[in-house]
Amino acid sequence: MRKKQYRLHQSDLSSLLENLRRRGYQPYGPQRRDHAIEWLPLDGIHQLPAGWTTTTAPATYRMQERSDQALFGYWTGPDSLKKLLHPPEACLLKAEYNGGVRFVRQAPAEVKRAFIGVRACDLAAVAALDRVLLSDRWVDDIYQANRNGALLIAVNCTSSAPTCFCASMGSGPRARSGYDIALTERVGDGSSEFLAEPGSEAGASILEELTALAAPAGWEKEAEESCQSAAAAQTRAVDASSAPAVIDRTFDHPRWDQTARRCLACGNCTSVCPTCFCVNIEERNALDLRSAERLRVWDSCFTQAFTYIHGGSIRTTPKSRYRQWLSHKLARWQEQFGMPGCTGCGRCIAWCPAGIDITEEMAALEASSGSTYPTGVSTHGN
Amino acid sequence: MSSEPTRPRIAVFKFASCDGCQLSLLDLEDDLLAIAGAVEIAYFPEASRRMLKGPYDIALVEGSITTHHDANLIQKVRRSARTLISIGACATSGGIQALRNFADSGEYVRMVYAKPDFISTLRMSTPIGEHVPVDFELRGCPIQKNHLVELITATLAGRKPAIPTSSVCLECKRRSNVCLMVAAGTPCLGPVTQAGCGALCPAYGRGCYGCFGPMESANAPSLAERFTILGAQPPEIERAFRTYNAWAWQFRKVSEEVRTS
Repeated sequence: MRKKQYRLHQSDLSSLLENLRRRGYQPYGPQRRDHAIEWLPLDGIHQLPAGWTTTTAPATYRMQERSDQALFGYWTGPDSLKKLLHPPEACLLKAEYNGGVRFVRQAPAEVKRAFIGVRACDLAAVAALDRVLLSDRWVDDIYQANRNGALLIAVNCTSSAPTCFCASMGSGPRARSGYDIALTERVGDGSSEFLAEPGSEAGASILEELTALAAPAGWEKEAEESCQSAAAAQTRAVDASSAPAVIDRTFDHPRWDQTARRCLACGNCTSVCPTCFCVNIEERNALDLRSAERLRVWDSCFTQAFTYIHGGSIRTTPKSRYRQWLSHKLARWQEQFGMPGCTGCGRCIAWCPAGIDITEEMAALEASSGSTYPTGVSTHGN
Repeated sequence: MSSEPTRPRIAVFKFASCDGCQLSLLDLEDDLLAIAGAVEIAYFPEASRRMLKGPYDIALVEGSITTHHDANLIQKVRRSARTLISIGACATSGGIQALRNFADSGEYVRMVYAKPDFISTLRMSTPIGEHVPVDFELRGCPIQKNHLVELITATLAGRKPAIPTSSVCLECKRRSNVCLMVAAGTPCLGPVTQAGCGALCPAYGRGCYGCFGPMESANAPSLAERFTILGAQPPEIERAFRTYNAWAWQFRKVSEEVRTS
């Protein structure tokens, strides 16, 4: 059966916010802060970045004014839902010593948040985090509590940023699954209208309650066409299906050395990546040894300590760390999780202070990955 | 036999420095009482006239070595201490006063002092680690006081201190600072600087000044190249790397190369 589709006016978004609050959700939406558009608690529609867009290039992100008043006329910023679902810092355990040792561990409480404006690439990222943090033997209960309470309202991309390559990764520009409601903005003169499609029962019931009109015939086709033209406009691409073979063929490729000369090993790419989930565990204790806590903080495979085991670190050079990161994103993830760890959002390209471009790296490896380079595992990789 | 264990004895020494790092110790407030309860502060002239002789379990050493007198004294300090921890940019890299290493310090002496003959100084300002083995270097200009508590706590608990050596960028991202270099084109030393300050300056819209010195695998030449792309001229790039940790080799090398390039 064809899903029912609705026509929402910009003013209906306020009713949507009210509806979400009545259901116990704290709405979150894109807002201008400092020099970027970020996810922040949304009190009203007026806080959305109307009339603003962003332009990106390797190592560059700039906000610019649009010629219209589009509410969602910008692209992914430095943060993603990872920041809210898989927080940078979380307390895992507290311990107290008072004659005997007492451990305090509270199960994380479900946090109900509705995210308005999730892009298709970021829905794919949430699916990737679900796969890693929820679908195996060990479930990450902090992520689970945040994820269970998350309502996802997607906004389809009807144009692409220069750093986008979601079309090649099959994750966008149009949201195909994983959302509760998907919106496609139709920018009008001074205000916008939206094609709204439910993707879940919750989404369907919210749209039903908004008493919106059915979408006019042709809106769906126009939405599909604008998303397709956004896909066609993308100039960057990664071939995820051939990536594992290319990476395995090029372990000793000189390109890794060239890139390592630029790589700052600062970890920005892993921080902005919406799927990089690695964490470190830190113990802190009071000076009098009567209390201690165990914290979980975001880590990065670009740090020396990341591969520290007894006696030293395994990946001692930035070259080995960059190679590890790229291999993990595009090859090892596919083997382990059956999906790439990259969604084509392009954040790592824009937010790398050295402007290293994952699509350019893959193209360079692929272009010269013929029989010149040995196959299999090298023992002198660093 | 007394069941009360002997409290570890701590001493605080100062060489060429501004005292700011020692002040962070006095600035600990409530934690200072806890520290004073957990250890015996045996020698800390800035805080107390009670100055007990060594040996000490932990010596905290602030400042760089700039005179013959200090070069001899640090040897004695090392011999008196089981664990020697150098604290702050002066002690770990030579400090801001190491700028004289790039020039003729004799000329400075002649310009500044009415009777230069009275001044006996070494040509260079050097970190403690160039003179004696150091057990731990606590970075920062000044040091972060919670690092000091963590270091003392970890040392007393017999565990590794949780003090990162990775970049400031990771701290920036954890506290949701927007990258100034990418989003505003502001030169920032964050990508090559060791974390520890909690990304203080970027949180207030200023590029990192590198107070915590080079991070573990600092790629300063690549960052200098980026500064050039952002429009910085060689003298500006040289100045960016020549501040509190100018003599740290990664910063020193790039500041010398940028001048000749």
